[in-house]
Amino acid sequence: MPEGGTGIGAAVKRVEDKRFLTGRGNYTDDINRPNQTYAYILRSSHAHATLNSVDTGAATSAPGVLAVFTGADMETGGLPCGWQVHSKDGSPMHEPPHPPLAKGKVRHVGDPVAVVIAETYAQAKDAAELIAVDYGELPAVVHMNDALAGKSLVHDEIGTNLCYDWEIGDEAQIDEAFAKAHHVTEIDIVNNRLIPNAMEPRAAVGEYDRSTDEYTLFTTSQNPHVIRLLMGAFVLSIPEHKLRVVAPDVGGGFGSKIYHYAEEAIVTWAAPRVGRPIKWTCDRSDAFISDAHGRDHISKAKMAMDSEGKFLALKVETKANMGAYLSTFAPCVPTYLYATLLAGVYSTPLIYCNVKAIFTNTVPVDAYRGAGRPEATYLLERLVAKCAREMGMSQTDIRRANFIPADAFPYQTPVALQYDSGNYTATLDKAESVHDVAGFEARRKESEARGKRRGIGYSTYLEACGIAPSAVVGSLGARAGLYESAEVRVHPTGSVTVFTGSHSHGQGHETTFAQLVCERLGLPMSNIEISHGDTNKVQFGMGTYGSRSLAVGGEAIMKAMDKVVNKAKKIAAHILEASESDIEFKDGTFTVAGTDRSMAFGEVALAAYVPHNFPHDELEPGLDEKAFYDPLNFTFPGGCHICEVEVDPDTGVVSVQRMTAVDDVGRVINPMIVEGQIHGGLAQGIGQALLEGCVYDADGQLVTGSYMDYCMPRADNFPSFSAGTEITLCAHNSLGVKGCGEVGAIGSPPAVINAVVDALWDLGVHDMPMPASPQTVWKALKAASPAVAAE
Amino acid sequence: MYDFAYHKPSSVADAVAARSGAEDGTFVAGGMTLVPTLKQRLAQPSDLVDLGGIGELHGITVSGDTVTIGAMTTHGAVAKSAEVQSAIPALAALAGGIGDPQVRNRGTIGGSVANNDPAADYPAACMALGATIKTDKREVPADEFFTGLFETALDEGEMIVSVSFPKPEKAAYQKFINPASRYALVGVFVAKTGGGVKVAVTGAGQDGVFRVPEMESALSSNLSADAIADVAVDADTLNSDIHASAEYRSHLITVMAKRAVAALS
Ligand SMILES: Cc1cc2nc3c(=O)[nH]c(=O)nc-3n(C[C@H](O)[C@H](O)[C@H](O)COP(=O)(O)OP(=O)(O)OC[C@H]3O[C@@H](n4cnc5c(N)ncnc54)[C@H](O)[C@@H]3O)c2cc1C
Repeated sequence: MPEGGTGIGAAVKRVEDKRFLTGRGNYTDDINRPNQTYAYILRSSHAHATLNSVDTGAATSAPGVLAVFTGADMETGGLPCGWQVHSKDGSPMHEPPHPPLAKGKVRHVGDPVAVVIAETYAQAKDAAELIAVDYGELPAVVHMNDALAGKSLVHDEIGTNLCYDWEIGDEAQIDEAFAKAHHVTEIDIVNNRLIPNAMEPRAAVGEYDRSTDEYTLFTTSQNPHVIRLLMGAFVLSIPEHKLRVVAPDVGGGFGSKIYHYAEEAIVTWAAPRVGRPIKWTCDRSDAFISDAHGRDHISKAKMAMDSEGKFLALKVETKANMGAYLSTFAPCVPTYLYATLLAGVYSTPLIYCNVKAIFTNTVPVDAYRGAGRPEATYLLERLVAKCAREMGMSQTDIRRANFIPADAFPYQTPVALQYDSGNYTATLDKAESVHDVAGFEARRKESEARGKRRGIGYSTYLEACGIAPSAVVGSLGARAGLYESAEVRVHPTGSVTVFTGSHSHGQGHETTFAQLVCERLGLPMSNIEISHGDTNKVQFGMGTYGSRSLAVGGEAIMKAMDKVVNKAKKIAAHILEASESDIEFKDGTFTVAGTDRSMAFGEVALAAYVPHNFPHDELEPGLDEKAFYDPLNFTFPGGCHICEVEVDPDTGVVSVQRMTAVDDVGRVINPMIVEGQIHGGLAQGIGQALLEGCVYDADGQLVTGSYMDYCMPRADNFPSFSAGTEITLCAHNSLGVKGCGEVGAIGSPPAVINAVVDALWDLGVHDMPMPASPQTVWKALKAASPAVAAE
Repeated sequence: MYDFAYHKPSSVADAVAARSGAEDGTFVAGGMTLVPTLKQRLAQPSDLVDLGGIGELHGITVSGDTVTIGAMTTHGAVAKSAEVQSAIPALAALAGGIGDPQVRNRGTIGGSVANNDPAADYPAACMALGATIKTDKREVPADEFFTGLFETALDEGEMIVSVSFPKPEKAAYQKFINPASRYALVGVFVAKTGGGVKVAVTGAGQDGVFRVPEMESALSSNLSADAIADVAVDADTLNSDIHASAEYRSHLITVMAKRAVAALS
């Protein structure tokens, strides 16, 4: 590890922060192409309506306007879905068309109706007001139960609002286990819908070069190669060699920037038609009604137990909101990223889950930080907390009694996954000690003396990330492989550029990945550049989501570095006149074993590019290697989150007093970055539990359409977090890494709500929906004990 | 934002003239409310008359028992003012609790009072302290100034010049924030003056800020939280939204009023 520690395990300061913190990032909206024009998208103000006519005449002749297009003009493919789920009867899911500009009907508030392209953004917006749309209003279905009852059809051509009806497990076998159980605990769970709100709104710049017939799209994406594939192959029929997609600096994604969005296709398609580059930038209001939303499940669950509180069987029925159209990965979120996680950290032998995915007249729903695993964790950890109460066991005893033991790995769950490693007792023990659970009772009394209620809540969770083995996901309906690729290009003077198919939009890859290179090649940070986000530079990539960048993208880099070292050894052997098998590589130096003959990494690099005496039939010049890595399994981070809240029974205000997270994220490359990722995840998890909730009214209008009503977490909503790690190494990748990007958001919501319920249990409050806003808590208190709330 | 003509006069008289000469003009102070409205194209004034260049509208003066705050004085300036902190600490604290630092460094008392947002803080202070709103034409007592949701006694083109607050014996403001916007979901200002006790509530009323006579009379005879523990404002007169039902607002008014009484200083 050179430079006093910049290799694996060092808390290296983030190299990218210099440009971010000084305002010098290069985001999509910072990109201005010569002769650029501006697009404004006119969106539906109705949740459900026929488009009887769209009259663009006046807009087309407005000042500065170059073109106005509607769905009738845009004869392209629809936005594709990347995952096909089959219903339990074997039939494929319904996959209704998703035109980039609505055709015939609009299906949610925000559905794009027309695009105006003008010399300036203001002119485009002015002209959009002149478009006369004749909407034929239709009744909207907003609630999933109304949609299932068929009150109105979102897509007439499929004749139902049920996208699929999927199951995992053997229902008959499960029902038998329930019939024999000592006790059954049941729970109704709603996982509230969230609006992602990345700091940088989406943007896209489309450009067409008439002389080469090449298209370029600059876009706010977590996976530019995936956008190139989806948009090029399915929507616009542009072959890869004629389409460049660049995702420059991106200001947060949280999943919402994975998907291929209409606006990307619109600006790329329109660029040759107006003969000039086109920029579209979303404003915050439009982001609320056009970025894919997250979560939105309604579930019923029950757990069968024996007399000792051992879990015998779990049965879950879930309705998952898809919104109006299938977003890129939407179908896999409530199935393969959710139901397969329902074993959690417990050895429950039998699990059955049925999932009904439902279309409604709302913004499409897709993966959002955690994607399926937060929904599974919330359901399971709320249910386990309730099981403990009903069995008269402590919150920790019931968990310890059901943990998969540390010596049981690899562990095959009844819901398809095989866990490779973990030690759930150890994370719980450490979390209890870090949190000072022993001091809770004294703190509770102290709160009570001030008229406040204090409660403590646990979540011992597990998640699956590092997605994913291509063979496995292919068999489950993925229409893509989920490997990652990397190229390690050693330059003649010994500096290195790493091209990665992962994409960094806040995660700090430019630092973490460089640390891998420091460690493996023995180079200083200053000699390493991490390049990502441009399909013309990076050979291929599946992008960043599902906490996969290090476990999959990092492994690809390791593999490419292995190839570099092997090739460099050949070169060193040739020059040092030794046999290749005698060359050792350590700390950046190639040495002939047992001698003092050696070459520095830089000397070998130079020799590779100045091959004056190479035997060219045996040894090629150059030092530049590529690798694709396809993981052997998912990785399984897990851990224990403990939350302590204080509730003001007079007002219903909940304040988080302590939040402890002890996570097993596998090997830690940069502890500072890991802690930062966990802090961010906790903020989002606590946000979901206490603050954030998307609300539609009965007509499908978004009530929480701005920060006046959608409650984004702020720093003063949180205490100082205690985040620690307790590590077991991933057993199937070379780095032993698991992933840390989502654990905070996955593990924390049930810990928070369990704490609120604990605080109010004696007052008769035994359930609490998210977000536990002051009004929600007050109403629950009032319903439980009118005398207390009226006081 | 639509196009508009922009004026930056340097005297009250010029500002009033520019405003009355415009087809559909409007004053702009800190712009914290007006500019977002313009950006969302919810308003289309022909002319904007910027009050920022009028020196006499800025600043705080204390004379005798009256604190006078110029219309263009920002919330931040009021919060940090040593004079206000010592004369009416509750008012300085109220100003310090408006929005965030950016808003406090731009938003003005004149703009806030003229706008009369039903969830704004200053109107409660004006009503409870018995403030006088001075315009370019006249002086209006607070009780007559706030006439409804976003409605005031100001005539078309009339400008607020300053707001004067008599020093109370004791006062306190308790704000229960809307968790999302952090405006007042319920804000209760209680002030004790030689003339008695006044209680004003913002954030909750269907017609904006209002006083609570039942609490005032209960507190006039017994200035303690217990005195109003059983006084509740009728939920039928209160508003309801996703953050708080009328019943919850009614409950919070009593809780916040009790806390304000307990905090009187
Ligand atoms: C994020 C955010 C949070 C906020 N939080 C709070 C809060 O917690 N509590 C709270 O009370 N407020 C809050 N506000 C509002 C803030 O206090 C504004 O300052 C206030 O509403 C308007 O003041 P302004 O100086 O910005 O007025 P402007 O926006 O410039 O003007 C508002 C209106 O008043 C008129 N006007 C302005 N000055 C005069 C004058 N001297 N005479 C006559 N008419 C005039 C204008 O013509 C316009 O119609 C918040 C605002 C924002 C943006």
